[in-house]
Amino acid sequence: MKKFLFSLILFFTWQPALFAELTIEITEGVEGALPIAVVPFSWQGKGAPPVDIAEVISADLQRSGRFKSLPREDMLARPTSVDLVEFKDWRALGIENLVIGQVQAHGAGGYQIQFQLLDVFRGEQLTGYSIPTTAPNLRNTAHRIADLIYEKLLGVPGAFATRVAYITSTKLADGETSIKLKIADADGYNPETIVTSTEPLLSPAWSPDGQKIAYVSFEGGQSAIYVQGVYTGTRQKVTSFKGINGAPAWSPDGRKLALTLSKGGNPDIYVYDLATRNLKTITRHYAIDTEPAWSPDGRSIVFTSDRGGRPQIYRVSAHGGKAQRVTFQNSYNARASFSPDGKLLTLVTREEGKYRIAVQDLESGVMQVLSQGSLDESPSFAPNGSMVIYASKTGYRGVLAAVSVDGRVRQRLALQEGDVREPVWSPFKN
Amino acid sequence: MKRVLILWIPILLSLLLMAGCSSTPTGDQAGAEVSEQSTGADGSAAGASTSAASQGGEWQGDPLENPNSLLATRVIYFDFDQSTVRSEYLDVIQAHADYLAANPQAVVRLEGHADEKGTREYNLGLGENRANSVRSLMLAQGVSDNQLVVVSYGEERPAAFEHNEESWALNRRVELIY
Repeated sequence: MKKFLFSLILFFTWQPALFAELTIEITEGVEGALPIAVVPFSWQGKGAPPVDIAEVISADLQRSGRFKSLPREDMLARPTSVDLVEFKDWRALGIENLVIGQVQAHGAGGYQIQFQLLDVFRGEQLTGYSIPTTAPNLRNTAHRIADLIYEKLLGVPGAFATRVAYITSTKLADGETSIKLKIADADGYNPETIVTSTEPLLSPAWSPDGQKIAYVSFEGGQSAIYVQGVYTGTRQKVTSFKGINGAPAWSPDGRKLALTLSKGGNPDIYVYDLATRNLKTITRHYAIDTEPAWSPDGRSIVFTSDRGGRPQIYRVSAHGGKAQRVTFQNSYNARASFSPDGKLLTLVTREEGKYRIAVQDLESGVMQVLSQGSLDESPSFAPNGSMVIYASKTGYRGVLAAVSVDGRVRQRLALQEGDVREPVWSPFKN
Repeated sequence: MKRVLILWIPILLSLLLMAGCSSTPTGDQAGAEVSEQSTGADGSAAGASTSAASQGGEWQGDPLENPNSLLATRVIYFDFDQSTVRSEYLDVIQAHADYLAANPQAVVRLEGHADEKGTREYNLGLGENRANSVRSLMLAQGVSDNQLVVVSYGEERPAAFEHNEESWALNRRVELIY
């Protein structure tokens, strides 16, 4: 496999209000990635353009590993409308697809972005849109354009206009540890802290509509599960039973949380109805039962249990009943979750003493190890099912990484400081 | 700064253990001063402060503060993915159980921890199992249930920060916090 390194330091000095806290590095890409050129968009307005739209689109496509973006310095011309495009020149560069566009100031604080995706060999337009937007949404609009291009050329929706939640841990000068729950755009920009604590925070989980996050907090010296509005900042305490309150997982309809409680003497899986506050016992076993995740159809729940002596994945009806073991390869399998199409599980497996991210095909039972670290954990599917984001460790630091489900594309996302872990990819925005 | 801390913690820990000092590995969780007169509420770990124990000589204070007693051992270590108490700690647990039985107003917080290997929520379960193992032994030795508070932090509060077997062994533990 051909390896290539691109360090995309996504930092625009003329854009101090928006910055990337995470630096994304593509460590391994696909041979035969589609060559594409995203020409700088023309700008009609006062001063410098507020966001380099073409740069955001180009970086998104490059980061997916499915595209190879032509560097600007290699562009022979920078057309901004179809009549200015010399298709034969782009053909000569081996470019198959070309993106051109314009950004116009449009009313107070508004912009109109027009773009066209062109097939260089046929010399025709594949798609084109004119999109109104506002200054705070410019980057997001650029991500949506990248999503449209990705879908048009690859047949599956892109997941660039999505967000990632994660936990950071930073040692403070006074010896305390500052633990934060943050969310950022999928390219690492616009990080925002939504919870800060000196006590552990863990297991963030997005609601299916992307409006809320459930998480575990140890504030007050013992665990409790909270549900917080991502954009309102208000929260409610969901459970704070004696013992463990952990591993919240939203049902696909967003009405229930599967969770782990040890109030019965040891960790078991329960389903909590957020409206009625009714708590239903799903598993009752003296072993550790934890890390529930719902199937996309909402009918079943997978969870980790060491009832067989070692942690393995089991599957049970969302109404409870007899659990069936799902994983048989390797002696440690934990924290499974479903791909959006319900066909795969991603999980943590131990192979030759190393903890790595794997996917298991539910129909065939075949497991494929995707990651290469020794302490990898917390895998989470992108909402389009293309990539799995996970936590890894390099030296003393926790870092985030992502890998395509076929294991061919790898990215590393390094935080500027401190330790970062437990990434969870948001659902698609409505 | 972080590197310095990381280097020092295992060394300090082993020194503390060898010396049988009354401190627990993480400073913010150091054992509270619990005197004979203290109420159960005072016995909780919140806002704990440590006082220095004098070295050697005749001990006249609270038995909990005696650096030469088994009660000075406040951390019990476990094998990988195990929550069974190793036989070497049975005397320590017996000593704490005897103290608690003799001081029914004293409360101990049993904090279960795990190493970083494996998943976080499973490790919360493992940490709780470890704390419950200590709890069961104490209950069997006559300690009252309301003197024992079990909390699991899983791998969230490591005592040592390196990614190696020495650190992992120091992190698979139950801390007894008076």
